[in-house]
Parts: sequence; C-alpha cells; structure tokens
Amino acid sequence: MNEKAVLRKKIWELDFAIHELVLFLDTHPTSKRALELMRQFKRLREDTVSAYESRYGKYVVTVKDVEPTGRWKWIDGPWPWENDFTEE
Amino acid sequence: MWQYEKKLQYPVNIKNPNPKYAQIIISQYGGPDGELGASMRYLTQRYSMPYDDVKGTLTDIGTEELAHLEMICAMVHQLTRKLTPEEIKKSGFDKYFVDHTNAVYPIAASGLPWRAEYIQAKGDILADLHEDLAAEQKARVTYDNLLRLIDDPDILDPLRFLREREVVHYQRFGEALHRTTDRLDSKNFYAFNPSFDK
Repeated sequence: MNEKAVLRKKIWELDFAIHELVLFLDTHPTSKRALELMRQFKRLREDTVSAYESRYGKYVVTVKDVEPTGRWKWIDGPWPWENDFTEE
Repeated sequence: MWQYEKKLQYPVNIKNPNPKYAQIIISQYGGPDGELGASMRYLTQRYSMPYDDVKGTLTDIGTEELAHLEMICAMVHQLTRKLTPEEIKKSGFDKYFVDHTNAVYPIAASGLPWRAEYIQAKGDILADLHEDLAAEQKARVTYDNLLRLIDDPDILDPLRFLREREVVHYQRFGEALHRTTDRLDSKNFYAFNPSFDK
C-alpha cells in the first residue's frame, strides 16, 4: 500500500471511530468521556486530512469536497465497490 | 436527507471471483435478515418514534445499514466478475444469471426476492425496539453461518467486521430500550403507547 493509501485508510479508521462515538452518544448523551473522545478524534481527523491534502491535493469524499476547476473529477473511478478502490 | 460518501465503511477487495459464495452472501443484501431490510426497518420506524434520542439511534444505525448494504453488494459484485459460461453453469449461478446477468439484485440465498414482509413498523416503541433487537441477532446468526461456509480470507475479513456491527447495534438498541422503559410506568409498561396515546 502506498503512502497516499495509508493516509486515506487512517482517515477512514478515524471516520469509523467517530461513527462508533455517535452511536454511543445517542444512548449516553451526557457521557463526559465519550464527548471528550469525540473532540479528540475529530481533531485527529482534521490533522490527518490536512496531512493528506498538503501532499496529495483535496481529500474528496462528498461532492462538496470537489474543487470545480478544469474538469468535474467526482465522476472519476474507481468507485468504492470496485476492486482496487482501497489501494488507488 | 443523505449525502453520499465515496468510500466503503470497511474495505472490500476480493481477488478471486467465486459465484458459489456470491449466491449465499447475497442473502445479506435481499434476504429475510439482510442489510436492505435492516436499513428500511430502522429508517421507517423513525416517524412514529416518540423520543428524540431513539429517533437519533434509528437514524444513525439505519444509515450505517445502508453502508453495509453497499459492502455486501460490493462483495457480490467482485465475486461475480469475469465469469465464463462454463463457470456459471458449474457453480449453479446459471439460475440467477438468466434473470440478472451479473447485476446485483436483492434476493435471498434461496432465490426469493426481497419482501417488505421481512420488516415491521408497528407504531409502538416497545414492539418496534424488540423487533430491532431480534433483527440484529438474526443478522448476527446469518453472518455466523456464512463464516462457517467460506474459507477465503478476502471475504472473511469484511464479513467479520459486519458480524461485529450486529453485536454493537444490539447493544445500542438494548440501551435505547432501557432508556424507554425508564420513562414508562414501571408497574405497567403497556399502560399507554407513547407513540399514540396522549
């Protein structure tokens, strides 16, 4: 796996940790520890996205992340269900 | 509304196509305890849910189930690539192929197409949350059965992730149920239906 893919995988892992905290907070909305962890993971994700973007350009996961210059890159594959999406 | 994220919740990259495995894994898309039913069940139950926190749990778990549906479809798609007519006949995939070619269509392993009867929205918070708890357990058993039948590590890895999610969702729905009964009459939980009675 190249360095770009490694950084992207790290962002996905942080997305998962944040999602786990979302579900936990839905049933423990005043948990101090979960709220603090949420703050930490969100900050870590922002830092990881910055590290990715300083080397490889905009991190695109939704249509709102696409820089509308030159050509509309949203449509470029591979799409997530295709082989090699993870390594690309 | 929903916004698409161009990623899978957990990566799926299966090197070796295998139409036999595809035919059993597809049950977790369109089968009785699959991810399509899971997402529709939770997202549908939201409208009669009386408590805001439980609306949150249903929304967030229901949304995650859409991501699981996408992972299962990715697995079926990758397992049915580049097949020869010979492989299709030999694996028994011909019965599916004749109607759907290599598209991903929501059916059970038995071939029965997805049915709305697999889900319920009863309009009663206790009945609905118990349905959700049972659904997570039934999906967990289906994953356990798939894990018994499959020996390709590229498939087992995402299947184990999905199995674990059923256990976590069961836990969260259990907590939602406890938060619900805490708000009801402890002498008679059925004294009134907070979704309907005022």
